[in-house]
Amino acid sequence: MTLRRGIFLSGVATLCAWTLVPIWLIALGAVGGRAAVDSWPKSFWPGSASFATLGSFLAIDGVWTATLTSLEVAVLCMIFSILLGAPAGYALARYSFRGATAYRLLILLTRAFPVGILALPLTVSFIRLGLYDTPVGVALIHAALALPFAVLVSASLFQGIPRELEEAAWVFGCSRPRAFLRVVVPLALPGIAATAIFAFVISWNEVFAASVLTVRHRTLTAYLLAVLSESPLHVQFAGGLMLIVPSVVFIFLVRKHLFSMWGIANR
Amino acid sequence: MNRRDFCIRSATAAAGALLGQTALSPAARAADLVWLSTQLRPIEEASKVRQVILKGAPVQPVYVVDEPAPFTVRLEAELKTNHHTTSLIGALHGELQPLAPIGGLAPLDDLAARLKDRGIPDKLMALGRFGTAHQLYIPWMQATYFMAANRKALPYLPAGADINALTYDQLGHWAANIAAKTGRRMLGFPAGPKGLMHRFFEGFLYPSYTGGVVTPFRSPEAAAMWEKFAAMWKSVNPNSTNYNFMQEPLLTGDVWIGFDHVARLLDALTHMPDQFVTFPAPAGPKGRAYMPVIAGLAIPTGAPDPKGAAALIEYLTQPATQITTAREVGFFPVVNAKLPADLSPGLKLAVSAINATQSAHDALPSLLPLGLGAKGGEFDKVFLDTFQLIVLRGGKPAAVLDRQAAVLRKLMVEAAAPCWAPDAPSTGACPVL
Amino acid sequence: MRKTLAPYLLIAPSLLFLAVLFLVPLVQTIRLAFRAGQAWSLGNFARMANDLNFSDAVLNTFRIVLIVVPLQLLLAIGMSLMLRHIRRGRDLVLWIWSIPLGISDLAAGLVWLAILNDRGYLNSALFDLGLISAPHSYLTYETPAALLGAIVLAELWRATAIVLVVLVAGLQLVPKEYAEAASVFGASPWQIFRRVTLPLLRPSIQTALILRTVLAFEMFAIVLALGGRNMPVLVSEAYNWQYANQDYGVAAAYAVVVMLLSLAATLVYLRVLRTPPEQLA
Repeated sequence: MTLRRGIFLSGVATLCAWTLVPIWLIALGAVGGRAAVDSWPKSFWPGSASFATLGSFLAIDGVWTATLTSLEVAVLCMIFSILLGAPAGYALARYSFRGATAYRLLILLTRAFPVGILALPLTVSFIRLGLYDTPVGVALIHAALALPFAVLVSASLFQGIPRELEEAAWVFGCSRPRAFLRVVVPLALPGIAATAIFAFVISWNEVFAASVLTVRHRTLTAYLLAVLSESPLHVQFAGGLMLIVPSVVFIFLVRKHLFSMWGIANR
Repeated sequence: MNRRDFCIRSATAAAGALLGQTALSPAARAADLVWLSTQLRPIEEASKVRQVILKGAPVQPVYVVDEPAPFTVRLEAELKTNHHTTSLIGALHGELQPLAPIGGLAPLDDLAARLKDRGIPDKLMALGRFGTAHQLYIPWMQATYFMAANRKALPYLPAGADINALTYDQLGHWAANIAAKTGRRMLGFPAGPKGLMHRFFEGFLYPSYTGGVVTPFRSPEAAAMWEKFAAMWKSVNPNSTNYNFMQEPLLTGDVWIGFDHVARLLDALTHMPDQFVTFPAPAGPKGRAYMPVIAGLAIPTGAPDPKGAAALIEYLTQPATQITTAREVGFFPVVNAKLPADLSPGLKLAVSAINATQSAHDALPSLLPLGLGAKGGEFDKVFLDTFQLIVLRGGKPAAVLDRQAAVLRKLMVEAAAPCWAPDAPSTGACPVL
Repeated sequence: MRKTLAPYLLIAPSLLFLAVLFLVPLVQTIRLAFRAGQAWSLGNFARMANDLNFSDAVLNTFRIVLIVVPLQLLLAIGMSLMLRHIRRGRDLVLWIWSIPLGISDLAAGLVWLAILNDRGYLNSALFDLGLISAPHSYLTYETPAALLGAIVLAELWRATAIVLVVLVAGLQLVPKEYAEAASVFGASPWQIFRRVTLPLLRPSIQTALILRTVLAFEMFAIVLALGGRNMPVLVSEAYNWQYANQDYGVAAAYAVVVMLLSLAATLVYLRVLRTPPEQLA
């Protein structure tokens, strides 16, 4: 039994290392500067950590404005995708209706078609709608990209909540919407929160729409992309770390919601 | 339930507030002149544009950089909807080219007349007309490609070879020599997805061997050239198809000899000026071909502030500004301006290679593709595909060239582009013999 | 009457939203794929199919999807079951395992480039262990198998978390009592997994597979960062035609192919992993 436990725990530890070590390595590249990136064989410990490269990122004009724009866009995207996605997910989970499969396929289209190829007609549409170069516009297109996640994940969540619970509430005189709010929503909320996290992260990381649809209101990712591709490798690594850290921190901050999915199972 | 209500209410409030704000923002910012540029994108260079080069400009623009890909899309979309945010654009000749046939560039003939005293060479001004009657961009900065080598490679130079008058055969021997003695393939080319390898074929290799680019595309000389280049490739670092900028592998020492655009070598030269030598690209039987690189300034049709943009172009082409630009970011003047003697050692290395290239007795200037319009990208693809088929996949040059010549011929006819130097002038589309 | 209308009312907002923002440009782009000048034509598809990279791109895309997606599913199922048995520090482990969720493919490409390039950490580690004496190349056109392996590794690292989170979300709804009841009746852990957990997990597996497969067909930033030009895939070719070659028609044709493949895979999953009606009702 203890041997089995030992194997089990070392498996868990290996998988943790598998996730963390690569991040450690790119962080080394980011703080080591050019000397570390060019050296061979490489050291697995920072010899002389210097935050000069990272610092130079933070000193670029407009990087803070871009960070704020990114946050603004990501939060809006979160809101839009939940408001649009959760009801649709409920419909897919609870009703069998004509066109359900077609609807599933339709929302997947937003991910099945490379966004970059849509750039020109999309930009034209956005200019016509007055959404060009606005955070709301970028958030809307990011919400379209997050929608399949929102709909499908919430559908499978609602599907997992026994219908009987809801039906019991109807029996006790709750109206259908009321039963939904009182019974289903509390059970689904943690999952919905996880969906919102997806939406946030998708928006934070999306580059193409964010760079084509804006000129002055760039998100951080788009802002960095424009300067990254022609920079030397250690600057690229620093940029990569800059992109990774905020979303890791974000996942850490909202881990409660990710984890509360577990809380239910533990009841 | 309350929570949900709150969620919805705050969401709509937030959305409303933002919508309100964005409705206002264009008006509030209308005074800004947006200068969109595909050049000088890296952090340090962009900061220098904002803080040094633009100091003393008559108008302070918002300097926004863009990768070439979104750049074209954005300008096409702005043109299509007739809703313009950009007043001034700065980009390479090849990036401005697709905008010309769709009417995206405003004619600058008056401005060109006013800039007569700048002394921009006629050949450069002609490029800015794209074969039309109007001046569509004003040359802004120039550069070219050359070679850089680590001093460690010099002992392996073939006997009797002069590094400033190298031939392709000697370059091949040099690389083969290093590979034989060290067991490592130390010659490198920027053949990665964002590298400029196509310019090497169009502006250097082809004209050096065949005296042209389009007309002799499938000539026996071209077949022999590919044969030789494939042989030389045996001493080329196999990571070359991942390299976008040769400065990286040169600095790490993975490559000792590299060919690239000055802006993509400069980092290595300024970082370790004592470690590198610079020299012109090699010569072939027809001469030492080289391709100039031109970046231009243009005003999009329907720009919100064409007057301000024109004033900026006048400012940016002043000799003093051009010298500042060279000193700060390593692109060279297009106007008549003498570079100061106190350049940094890295820049000096670059300048000496460029001067040696232009003043070589066998120099053969090979112009940027002209009149291809939106077909410029496919023209590059013909050369890259040929390279892939012959050199990387080991195809027979004659057969591959026959196949690719058909593609090139069709492309030239569709674009109706006449020959440009060093191909002999043609009436009508440039023929592929 | 109300009963039949309700689902349509629920999906209406998202439909309207997609129609305005997404379907219009989508239809315009698909139309572009079938046009040559002013006429309808399959010319763009012919050019695509005749291109020297097309067959490689198709093969590479399928290779990557067919290797990565099943491995990710297995790994994620294993990880989600492991999570159930962790006694202490479960929150920490789950957090660590979900970190890659926040990492874009752009950044993931850079991470693995730092590890796998000639002077990278893998070669350094092998060198420190005395296994190699000089840097070894993994990412060149001369080592296609190693390059494919590198891309698979990077994809596994980056995108398994999303499968994991979907499965964990689904697993929390499988009551522990079921498994306990089964074990009371003498079922082995494997039997419990096969007969109880897996069937109940079916909707989540379906969702995870659909999302992952569609996204795997879309992946190209990692391929580009690690493989440069050496491993064309369908989407990287689409971007090439769009941005390098400036031929929007052929790019649209590639995008249509990618879309059809994704939709076909989705239909297969929807059919094969259909939730039995008794579970729905």
